[in-house]
Amino acid sequence: MPFNLLVLACLSYAILLFAIAFAAERNMQAGAARWLRSPLVYTLSLSIYCTAWTFYGAVGYAARSGLEFATIYLGPTLVFVGWWWILRKLVRIGRRQRVTSIADMISSRYGKSNLLGVIVTVMCVVAATPYIALQLQSVTLSFGVFATAGTYGWALPDTNSTALWVAVGLALFTILFGTRNLDANEQHTGIVTAIAVEAVVKLVALLAVGIYVVWVLADGPVDIFERINASALADWELIPSRWTGLIALSAAAVLCLPRMFQVLVVECSDERNLATASWAFPLYLAAMSIFVVPIAVVGLQMLPAGANPDLFVLTLPLSQGQGGLAMLAFLGGFSSATSMVIVASIALSTMVSNHIVMPLWLSLRPTREVTGDVRRLVLHARRFSIAGVLGLGYLYYSLSGGSAALAAIGLISFVGVAQMLPAMLGAIFWRGATRVGASAGLCIGFAVWAYTLFLPSFGPGGVYSLSMFMEGPFGIGWLRPQALFGVAGMDPLIHALFWSLSLNTVAFAIGSLVSFPTPVERVQGLAFVNVFDTERTEPLAWETGQVETEELLKLAQRILGDEQALTFFEHAAAEQGTGGYLPDPTPEFLDALERKLAGAVGAAAAHAMIAELAGRARVTVADLMRVADETAQIMEYSGRLEAQRAEMERTARQLREANEKLTQLSIQKDAFLSQISHELRTPMTSIRAFSEILMEGDVPPEVASGQARIIHEEAIRLTRLLDDLLDLSVLENGTVQLDLRLASLNELIDRALRSAAQVRPERVFTIWRDLPSEALFLRTDPDRLSQVFINLVSNSRKYCDAARPELRINVKQRGARVIVDFIDNGSGIPKDKQQIIFEKFARLSDQTRAGGAGLGLAICREIMANLGGTIAYLPAQGGAAFRVTLPLRLEKHPFADAA
Amino acid sequence: MAHHAMLIEDEPHITEAIRFLLSRDGWQVSALRDGGEAEAAVRAARPDLLILDLMLPGRSGLEILSALRADAEFAALPVMMLTAKGQGRDREAAERAGANLFMAKPFSNAEFVAAARSLVPVTDPASGGGA
Repeated sequence: MPFNLLVLACLSYAILLFAIAFAAERNMQAGAARWLRSPLVYTLSLSIYCTAWTFYGAVGYAARSGLEFATIYLGPTLVFVGWWWILRKLVRIGRRQRVTSIADMISSRYGKSNLLGVIVTVMCVVAATPYIALQLQSVTLSFGVFATAGTYGWALPDTNSTALWVAVGLALFTILFGTRNLDANEQHTGIVTAIAVEAVVKLVALLAVGIYVVWVLADGPVDIFERINASALADWELIPSRWTGLIALSAAAVLCLPRMFQVLVVECSDERNLATASWAFPLYLAAMSIFVVPIAVVGLQMLPAGANPDLFVLTLPLSQGQGGLAMLAFLGGFSSATSMVIVASIALSTMVSNHIVMPLWLSLRPTREVTGDVRRLVLHARRFSIAGVLGLGYLYYSLSGGSAALAAIGLISFVGVAQMLPAMLGAIFWRGATRVGASAGLCIGFAVWAYTLFLPSFGPGGVYSLSMFMEGPFGIGWLRPQALFGVAGMDPLIHALFWSLSLNTVAFAIGSLVSFPTPVERVQGLAFVNVFDTERTEPLAWETGQVETEELLKLAQRILGDEQALTFFEHAAAEQGTGGYLPDPTPEFLDALERKLAGAVGAAAAHAMIAELAGRARVTVADLMRVADETAQIMEYSGRLEAQRAEMERTARQLREANEKLTQLSIQKDAFLSQISHELRTPMTSIRAFSEILMEGDVPPEVASGQARIIHEEAIRLTRLLDDLLDLSVLENGTVQLDLRLASLNELIDRALRSAAQVRPERVFTIWRDLPSEALFLRTDPDRLSQVFINLVSNSRKYCDAARPELRINVKQRGARVIVDFIDNGSGIPKDKQQIIFEKFARLSDQTRAGGAGLGLAICREIMANLGGTIAYLPAQGGAAFRVTLPLRLEKHPFADAA
Repeated sequence: MAHHAMLIEDEPHITEAIRFLLSRDGWQVSALRDGGEAEAAVRAARPDLLILDLMLPGRSGLEILSALRADAEFAALPVMMLTAKGQGRDREAAERAGANLFMAKPFSNAEFVAAARSLVPVTDPASGGGA
């Protein structure tokens, strides 16, 4: 058969798959073709478990080790038939939590910890790489078979470049269909449909070869049984440890393989499909394996001794000149390889982009606001991850030289992914499992796997030297990679499986027991383990009203795309009955949105994004209450009582305070009125008495003029009192009109000293000033400020009782504020009076009264408040000392905002 | 001989007015402005009438009155209380402390003099001296 015909067939087949995938996506979008999500398609898509390893390798496995190949199918069969409830729980959790990958599920369960996501992702990539290399190898080998058997003299194509072209082609196909859009469900109808078709092709191809072998090459089943009995396969012995180990291993793998998780959980559109798959998938596996032994036996008999048994499926028909059948077999193998690679790379790229690229981007971006098109970033990350995964597979293939037997490579991968089993089962069955335990188990299991199985797989002289195999690292015998702790004589695979899973499980259990779960872990643990009882338990409820819906829409648009996001928001708004595009950020809506975003960027990233927007990265007390399982109800009830009691106490306290305040106000008002009455009546008394005397008219003129002067003085005193009261009232209400302009502090002080000199002009005061420090220009109300200064200087003149009175004026600038101190050398103000001197009508009764009503300092205090400053008494300055602090530049009225 | 009225009052202008009024009515008036010194001055001078302001520097009028009334010697001393507050509460407090008469500022001159006379039995001091 011409080689170019083969290439043409491959291309046509790929184009056909392409068309099927495209049509399926179209139909799905149109809402038609429900069968695309039927149990049949679901079951067929599960067949990616059967890769090229199964298609070609099973026959080789049988030729080498007899019936042992069946263990690889018995494991999954046991899981689907017997442990169906585990699958159902996984699927339910996957759908409830919108899980996008196995890494996402484990990360989500253990407190949405991204570290775990990264660990699982790295493990999966490392474990899947040999597997992908295996697929590339099988396709390349099968190409090689046709080239050598070609009768037209085609040279053997360079196997490396064949593998490269296959890798590139698969990458393109996967990128085209796996990353067309970001769907919240992370489901790929087109790809699943194409895979279902491929499942049919590989089954038909293998059955066709089998039938050909049994009924054409041999004389029916009876003849085949005779041939089997006659062959070396009959001498095969069952090794119980290996048999049990392999069944357990394949059972674990079918749960943990990223690609199986993808089709089993992520792509599952209906939980009921699982019921069909639980019997249909084992049947498919049985059909795939029924002709394995006959083909192996006939191949061993009919083909030359050196023939590679891994390729009997191809070489048997080809040696009989059955080109068409060989072509079918080739396409079957091709299907097996491509479907596995496509799904595996989709699964791995989702994990890489969600757990490595997105978190990196989230932490590296400069602002917490979501800018730029996240959706495109995610899609690009996926595409590069797909290319990267296939690139790694190709690299492994070209490095390992494609020499190892197919089955051996597959088993190495199986043991690698099986390390996730303890963490995964713990996730869904054990509420005590914690992040610490899961990380410890995964890391230890993975390390043991790499040490005892993966690295030795490169052979002596590969990664390990021969002496490393024989004597252990640095001659430490009990650390020999294939005989840990001196347990020699075990099959290397079973040895690695035993030690890695045992140590993994022990570390997981101990780590979980000694550590304490975080609140989010407890919430998630409850949601996972009790997924069936707690139908309406939301994984982590959000609280209302802490987040702007518009911000959420912006975020969602960047991740889901404009149309999808708008539609989602519109639906949510309609459900709430509000209409428009902006629903209220109710807890239900936030939960739904988080799940929707989780489909695109993973649970941890989605949670982090919404938490950032909602301004809440932590779990609230309410969440914790929900977690406390049995006592939750009681705790909530008593919590409510406690809250009510606290609320009532708070109200009572507020009432008491309000009452006290009112009483205080009332007392203050009475005192104020009483004081005003006193201040008014006192001058009125003199005025009335003397005016009555003068009215009588029998007073000598010189006495009369003295009495008239008293009346005059008291009238002025009354006027001043009324002026002060009005001034105070205006200042206190903040309705005073300030006349802000630039003024020299030096001139203001000059003015104050001049005006105050009229007070007790007979006293000689020494004034100390530092003129350079006063050379400041203030922006303030100069008249009001000098009113304060005059008051302070006058007070000093009135009350300073020193024999040689002195007044010191100090000016300091502190940043944008100016400090002016007025310090005299009198006896000052006693400590117990320092607080009240700024109160209205506060007069130090022991001191000489000079006609003031005791409002001066109260007015000063109000003026300074209006000027954005303060006035205070400075204790311990060796006399009465007042400090005035004010802004250098007052820009606007400090009460303007309040008014 | 003229009756002796002692005035304790911190407002100088009011002191001047009362001194003028009582002197013209024939009283001998002495005045003091500090509450702290008042009790001792009263004990020393033994006036016929004490005119006491309620609010005083040093010691309040009520305190001075209470202290004097506690002494049997001054239990019967006629006392007139002056106050600028003029509230009912002050009047009650003054009466409780033992004031004979309560006068609110400002007052009418005629009323004030009549009140002073009512507290001290006067035998027309203005004419008595001339006989």
